[in-house]
Amino acid sequence: MIEVDHLTKRYGPQAAVNDVSFRCEPGTVTGFLGPNGAGKSTTMRMICGLTPPTSGGATVAGVPYRRLSNPGREVGVLLDASAQHAGRTGREALTLAARTMGVDRRQVAAKLDLVGLNEAAAKRRVGAYSLGMRQRLGLALALLGDPRVLILDEPANGLDPEGIFWMRGLLRDFADRGGTVLLSSHLLREVEAVADRLVVIGGGRVVAAGDKDELLAGAGTLVRARDPHALRSTLDRAALPATAGTDGGFLVHAEPGAVGQAAADAGLVLTELRPAGAGLEQLFLTLTAGTSTKETVQ
Amino acid sequence: MTTATTAPAPTVHRPATSGPSLARLTEVELRKLTDTRAGRWLLGVIGLVAAAIVTVQLFVLDDPEQTFQAFFIPSLFPVGLLLPVLGILSITAEWSQRTALTTFALVPRRGRVVVAKLAALVLAALASVLASLAVAAVGTLVANATGGAGTWAFDWQLLPHAAVFQVANALMGAAFGLLLLNTPLAVVSYLLLPTVWSVLAAMVTALRRPAEWLDTAVTLEPLLGAEVTAGQWGRLAVSLLVWLALPLAAGLVRVMRREVS
Repeated sequence: MIEVDHLTKRYGPQAAVNDVSFRCEPGTVTGFLGPNGAGKSTTMRMICGLTPPTSGGATVAGVPYRRLSNPGREVGVLLDASAQHAGRTGREALTLAARTMGVDRRQVAAKLDLVGLNEAAAKRRVGAYSLGMRQRLGLALALLGDPRVLILDEPANGLDPEGIFWMRGLLRDFADRGGTVLLSSHLLREVEAVADRLVVIGGGRVVAAGDKDELLAGAGTLVRARDPHALRSTLDRAALPATAGTDGGFLVHAEPGAVGQAAADAGLVLTELRPAGAGLEQLFLTLTAGTSTKETVQ
Repeated sequence: MTTATTAPAPTVHRPATSGPSLARLTEVELRKLTDTRAGRWLLGVIGLVAAAIVTVQLFVLDDPEQTFQAFFIPSLFPVGLLLPVLGILSITAEWSQRTALTTFALVPRRGRVVVAKLAALVLAALASVLASLAVAAVGTLVANATGGAGTWAFDWQLLPHAAVFQVANALMGAAFGLLLLNTPLAVVSYLLLPTVWSVLAAMVTALRRPAEWLDTAVTLEPLLGAEVTAGQWGRLAVSLLVWLALPLAAGLVRVMRREVS
């Protein structure tokens, strides 16, 4: 459980994060979305007690992060995969953390194995790692203390498509077993595929937050049938407002469930039925329009 | 790579684990001093320099002067020059390599991390005195075999003095590192400081008396002998207050408040 309560961070007159509040419940993956410079990383650093907020606060498992006695056992944190000593081996970086947390040394090998870093990779210096390998190492570090909460800043960065698919499964599994995940990204597809809830931030403010399906429903449904004419008349009869696309599909301002039901009642064969084409991307672009240009450095 | 997707079970109830003890953190910090190539090189060079000094003594000292004590004292000096660099690096590497992000995420009470680092440096400084004793012993054995005096006479007062000398050197480096949080800046300003003092003291007569109280190159020097007067202890204390305690306190405040990113 993560609770963010009116967090604000000002650098001089500029507010990098402005009155941000949200909650992440156990058993869910919360996607934290926003363009670069929107304040995602600053918010996450404030949650982890690394950046002092100008006002407001945050708790993890009901306690302000800095008052957790052994935070590594409660919260797995990956804020920047590149923030590792280039001269240490991957295994050594994990061993230091394991000693600090009081985690059994065997967990180091187990977690390296879990994230797919083999023996040879573990013995190499982190300076020689690719970004994807650093992300995997960072994930191993976050999982090392068997925490109940994960806070991950752009963990998909630098991972290949296979790696992204793998990580998605890992996070889904973690949440399904009662864990809480807060995951930031500007890779909309990545978040759309794994998140239950979304918090969209732009220009330091929360511009949308809620259930992913509800947020996506606002963008309408895209539907396609073998017989477009029959579909058109069916939609009209069901009083579902629809606009025809250029490629034979229809954008319907209704939930996919309602559209599917109408088609089933009419005995239509659908070839496609999903939340509207651009999906989150469109939502994301509309919600953050104009704010991404105010990119701030840190 | 995609087969192992089983993350640990987050729902399992565990009693809250207590945080790491200072001893544990000190052990981790000692490990950090030695687990990188740069760290191992620095420690290796410190050992080599001590050995080299003893070797030089074997050649330049007259036979009757080749005693254990005569090998021990000069080996302290170059080591004392490198220990501050170790102290600086132990602090600044966290910021230059950005490992502070992980360190302080695992131990949010930053003061404890700093205390552990200082404790690790004290242990390293004490170990360096043992290393000096060891190379001096080897030198003495060699002197014995090559016709030097090779006597083992040793004024035991030297031992605590040497310990204070090296601990002060290491901690001064750490204090500079904490204050500046930047490796090149801290190393250069630390190494430049004695030179600046001697240049200033040579040019400005009014600075000569303060220099006796504030120039650590002057105030630490009596520690290389067996006799240290109360006045000398006083001057040492004053200089360490200015160059160790003050930057340490200011640096600690800086680290506690600084944003980690």
